[in-house]
Amino acid sequence: MTDIAIVAYQQTDAVSDAGAVNEVELIIPVLGRVFEQAGLTNSQDVDFVCSGSCDYLQGAAFAFVLGVDALGAVPPIKESHVEMDAAWALYESILKIRMGHAESALVYGFGKSSPGELPIVLSQQLDPYYLAPQWIDAISLAALQARQMLDQGLVSERDMAEVVARSRNNALNNPHAQLAGEVSVDDVLAEDTYVSPLRKADCCPVSDGASAMIIATVEKAEEWGKPYAVISGIDHRIETHNLGMRDLTDSLSTRQAAEGAGMGQGRVDVAELYAPFSHQEIILTRALGLGEETSINPSGGVLAGNMMMASGLSRVGEVFDRIVSGEAERGIAHATSGPCLQHNLVTVLEKA
Amino acid sequence: MANLAAVVGIGQTKYTTKRDDVSIAGLVREAAVNALQDAGLTWDDIEAVIIGKAPDMFEGVIMPEIYLTDALGCNGKPMLRVHTAGSVGGSTALVAASHVQSGSFKRVLTVAFEKQSESNAMWALSNPHPFSTHLNAGAGGYFAPIIREYMRRSEAPHDVGIKVAVKDRLHGARNPLAHLQKPDITMQEVEESFMLWDPIRFLESCPSSDGACAMVIANEELAEQAPKPPAWIRGVAMRSEPTMYAGREEVSPQAGRDCAADVYQQAGITDPRRDLDCAEVYVPFSWYEPMWLENLGFAPEGEGWKLTMEGATSLDEGGDIPWNPSGGVLSSNPIGASGMIRFAEAARQVRGDAGAHQVEGAKLALGHAYGGGAQFFSMWVVGAEKP
Repeated sequence: MTDIAIVAYQQTDAVSDAGAVNEVELIIPVLGRVFEQAGLTNSQDVDFVCSGSCDYLQGAAFAFVLGVDALGAVPPIKESHVEMDAAWALYESILKIRMGHAESALVYGFGKSSPGELPIVLSQQLDPYYLAPQWIDAISLAALQARQMLDQGLVSERDMAEVVARSRNNALNNPHAQLAGEVSVDDVLAEDTYVSPLRKADCCPVSDGASAMIIATVEKAEEWGKPYAVISGIDHRIETHNLGMRDLTDSLSTRQAAEGAGMGQGRVDVAELYAPFSHQEIILTRALGLGEETSINPSGGVLAGNMMMASGLSRVGEVFDRIVSGEAERGIAHATSGPCLQHNLVTVLEKA
Repeated sequence: MANLAAVVGIGQTKYTTKRDDVSIAGLVREAAVNALQDAGLTWDDIEAVIIGKAPDMFEGVIMPEIYLTDALGCNGKPMLRVHTAGSVGGSTALVAASHVQSGSFKRVLTVAFEKQSESNAMWALSNPHPFSTHLNAGAGGYFAPIIREYMRRSEAPHDVGIKVAVKDRLHGARNPLAHLQKPDITMQEVEESFMLWDPIRFLESCPSSDGACAMVIANEELAEQAPKPPAWIRGVAMRSEPTMYAGREEVSPQAGRDCAADVYQQAGITDPRRDLDCAEVYVPFSWYEPMWLENLGFAPEGEGWKLTMEGATSLDEGGDIPWNPSGGVLSSNPIGASGMIRFAEAARQVRGDAGAHQVEGAKLALGHAYGGGAQFFSMWVVGAEKP
């Protein structure tokens, strides 16, 4: 398989409410910075563009159509869109490059979750006949999962609080983080429960934001002369939607995706895991068999800020940044979609 | 260079106003099972599923691939959801093809659907966007002024759209899956149908349908072993441009012209009317046939309507370049699936498997879809011969 180079990555700050900024205004500054980083001007300088967004965050059909206004798509461009996290837009773009129809691509994701009540909105992605009419929100489903973990003795509330405390402290070094601070495990445990057994701190915040990435063939990246990291593997797998038929304390599809992406072929220095709830980071870490040698969510992860539709791509971007800065030589990025980690994507990145 | 890929199985549902006998899952599964049967395959033969549909608000289900994974035998496999407005059915087929053309997969299933009866598309399209001009017009209201501009420029006679409406319904009467079955339709009946968005009459508009379409796409080795003739993918192209910008050509958008030039170049087509045997083109309102005849290079600018009036695009009149032999979008319109139906019907033609709407001896066919404010285009050319 053709190796793919990541040449540039930028994101907005994760903020609880971007105010009157519309989607185009949210995207344009990030695109400007990512083009500048790659030494390019606009989308005319890449061969393909793919984005990820969700109409229901905006509350109107065709959210992504307005996104095209941010691209400089005159003359027309080769462009596509997934109604998924932009990590899957990255996946589509890689296929396009590997089939020889593009040498470079812009990938971006954006979401403004602040206008709605995100956990309730997400209830409408459940089975429309049997589950959605019950309006089971995303936090309640995660709480059921956490309860299973606790009841089976697979995790303690202290373990979960340790994930939160580490996220808050790591996020002190992340200028884009929404939640950061010198927080101890006992500070977290002192909080009341929110949707039992979850405390508010166990749940990611709701964030507005966008992120963007430029990828290319290794030859093109060399030509551009910018520092780059290599995507050596990417795979994603989905599991049954029927929660009663899944082992919610494990993540089979994450393990399958990691195997498909070739994670086991080398050391993993850094892992950015898309775990919107503290106990899910533990599930993912165990499913992937990550140990002491791996730094997990050094950015603070999505507990520090969860830009819906962009967070999965941002995980890849965070690992890219660490490889290019020399902090790590090999790492993995994980993205998820659906209730209780139903659909998972794993990308393996390596030093060029 | 891209790896070779071909369509080895096609499955569709019957298109109708309301499929109240099946759930959304039942609808997509029906098309998928039909495609697997057509290919002589089972679920285990499929490595990945690529699904497409138009806005989630059409059914009121956010990211429905999450719920549809079980119905589409996807558990443990990759599943990707494409959404590029009305062109999505075509784009989804192209993204599915890229799974094989990239050499990453040997055989994939792609499905596109819309179950419009679950919600109200006019409502879903008319929700105001924050901070943006609110058109509240639906698709017909948006395209009507563009059609009027075409009529003004081309000085086409008033009944070109009426002719298309009759022609596509007569084609549809040959296709048992078509939603509208109007074998006795007349020019007079169309002309007397009520005006919806002047100049678009009721019978010059597409219906609102429930339905799904699926295809199995395989690599060269597997396509050669397929029990039925494969439809080889000879060219693939997508283009997008913004909805509005100063000087935008809305009657014959640049994105459509560029997309066609790209796909023709890949397929070795220099004169589309001569080189292609038929075309399945996204015509949701009658006048878009002459407009796209020009945009896609089948006729010089201002003369697309002449082909229509001469019967060049009609199967019943023995035209040299039949357009929409299946009846097209004017006969069936499950929006998110409509583009894939065009792509699949083009493939049926070159497989020689189109039943009563077969274009005799068809060897090379165009599948076309467009969406948004006629700003998103996806096209493929499929052929009976391996490139």
